[in-house]
Amino acid sequence: MIFNFRFGRRRKAQPAGPSALADLKVGESAVLAELKLAPAIAEHLMNLGFVPGLVVKVLRCGPGGDPRVYRVDGTEVAMRRDLSEHIDVELLGAPAFGD
Amino acid sequence: MGASIASCHAAAPVHDAPKIYRTVAVVGPPNSGKTTLFNRLTRLRQKVGNFPGVTVEHHTGYVRDANGEEVALVDLPGVYSLIPKSEDEKVAVDVLTGKMPGMAPPDAVIVVLNSTNLHTHLVLAARVIALGLPTLVLLNMSDELRKQDGDVDVLTLARELGTPVALVSATTGEGLEAVQNFLSSAAPRPEPLELPVIGSTRGYREWAVRVGANAGYRRPATPVWTARLDSLFLHRVWGPVIFAVVVAGVFQTIFAVGQPLSNLFQKFLDTSGAALGHHLPGGMFQSLVINGVWKGTGSVLVFLPQILLLFLVIGILEDSGYLSRAAVIADRTMSRVGLNGKSFIPLLSAYACAVPAIMATRTIESKRDRMATILIAPFMTCSARLPVYTMVIAAFLPERRLLGPFLGTQAAAMLGLYVLGFLMAVFTARLLKSTILKSKDSPFIMEMPPYRWPMPSSLGLRLVDRGKAFLYRAGTIIMLVSLLLWAATNFPMHHGQPPQVQDSVVAKLGHVIEPAIRPLGFDWKIGVGLVTSMAAREVIIATLGTLHGVDPQSHAIDLQTALRHELTPAGAVALLVFFAFAMQCMSTIAVVRRETNGWKWPAIQFGYMTVVAYIAAFAAYHIVGHFVR
Repeated sequence: MIFNFRFGRRRKAQPAGPSALADLKVGESAVLAELKLAPAIAEHLMNLGFVPGLVVKVLRCGPGGDPRVYRVDGTEVAMRRDLSEHIDVELLGAPAFGD
Repeated sequence: MGASIASCHAAAPVHDAPKIYRTVAVVGPPNSGKTTLFNRLTRLRQKVGNFPGVTVEHHTGYVRDANGEEVALVDLPGVYSLIPKSEDEKVAVDVLTGKMPGMAPPDAVIVVLNSTNLHTHLVLAARVIALGLPTLVLLNMSDELRKQDGDVDVLTLARELGTPVALVSATTGEGLEAVQNFLSSAAPRPEPLELPVIGSTRGYREWAVRVGANAGYRRPATPVWTARLDSLFLHRVWGPVIFAVVVAGVFQTIFAVGQPLSNLFQKFLDTSGAALGHHLPGGMFQSLVINGVWKGTGSVLVFLPQILLLFLVIGILEDSGYLSRAAVIADRTMSRVGLNGKSFIPLLSAYACAVPAIMATRTIESKRDRMATILIAPFMTCSARLPVYTMVIAAFLPERRLLGPFLGTQAAAMLGLYVLGFLMAVFTARLLKSTILKSKDSPFIMEMPPYRWPMPSSLGLRLVDRGKAFLYRAGTIIMLVSLLLWAATNFPMHHGQPPQVQDSVVAKLGHVIEPAIRPLGFDWKIGVGLVTSMAAREVIIATLGTLHGVDPQSHAIDLQTALRHELTPAGAVALLVFFAFAMQCMSTIAVVRRETNGWKWPAIQFGYMTVVAYIAAFAAYHIVGHFVR
């Protein structure tokens, strides 16, 4: 009926060394670096645990590949690609604090 | 509503105004189990109200402290921080700092945190403690913490925070005596906390992790079942399939279970009305009570079972955690009309009733998205349209099989009307989101709580809450309209006798608007129905019943036959289309006014929907009239 879904994932060509959260694959982890988002949205994400320095893991993706579910410090949060591509992460390196 | 709700003890009525209670504010983030805890502490001894000047609703409950003294608990909206950026947060901050007009600052604060997610939630605790009120910190969900092998040293944490701390479970009741003790003791003001001077969220968070580590906090493992269920419910193939089954199940429940319940309730109202009539002296008074009050209000009351059932089903989905997953699944489709997954929940509720749906839009953070959702919700086919559709379709469309035993013509027509409303909602959403409510981003950020068994007591309390709100509406607005309508059909009197219907006030009103609705194929009787159905859509049935009941010519024939006399088939289609699109509902107008804080949006919405309904009905009348004679 009305809810027709597009199956199959779209993924952009990966740049060398992913730096956006959106570029991580399901199951991968990274350290949050910077939230380049409108202040209100960034603040809301930080209240949920998306604080620079903490480890974020891509848990799973919804049907069609978007939105995806992330886990930070025990909290699971779903967001769309339009936000996660503006969140910078560092692939290497230990978490600054926590975990 | 009634002032005295039965309390567990034979106590004095709780709402007697002059007594001044000590007030304690309850604050906590969403998903901390704050509401469950509040319900557990206060049971049925609570009332709902709005904070002055804003649309945020709050509950006040009453609880006895260890000395048996009454204390008023004020349940604040769920907030993550005390930086007032949303209306909910502003309310929480205003109440806590004593800036809420007409409310004294609270005597103390209870902070409810989720112990399975301590680091995130301690940030809020720090901000509340910094306000300097006597504070009790409750670490809720102790049962989940232990079960998943988590741990925390409460005494060390209390020392770190400078406030009493208790590990509790709102579900099992564990540790709740700490609340009673806190309420009765003159709790000491917290020592000024040595908090990070950097007011940034990151600074708070680093502090929270440090404090957690000092208190030996071990975060529990993610429940295994949550991960398992998520890999099924968010599966790329099974996820949407299960979603469709759940949505279909919700509808099926409302129709297959709710409809017979409503019919049963209708029978009960009819027989009790007749029984009541026997005990009343005949004449005007009997007519007023039975035809005016009982039948008018009853025609709306019959929806109570269906509405409660919908709230029950949605409540189960919400409390179990599935609704967050459904929002993720629906997000993709919703994004095509410029909305996001959070609008899905209110729009699903709108199939029962637009009023709770509009109230449920509060969870949508984006103001523009929220407004768009409010504006399209009344296009969804609510249960009040159902009896109108059923009656008109049954009167005009003979039942024939279309797809074997699965789909008959009448069911197909009904389905078509559902789709019609939905398509208009989609069109309107697109229109709004590309014009007056245009916004670049409608962020979809959704916390995914672990799956839990819904608690019957918590569901029950919510149903009581909703039921009371609905009855209140039926008892006020709808009764008033029923009385006005009764008066309009029974005046002006001739020699102490009610007039023939064609001489009554209501007929004059119908004749006044007849020229406007003639092009749609409606006569003055339908016109009267359109006016009275403003109370609630299905009132048109009662109205037409009254009009025909007192009409000597059609006295003996039933309503469906009467309708066939009155409307051409094209007029019937026009009537259905008009009802699909028009905002014939005072309660919806009232709730939109309340939620948007003014008459501007309800006026725009009413105007838009009426124009759309008029044009569409006009087109339907002429197009169908061209083919069907």
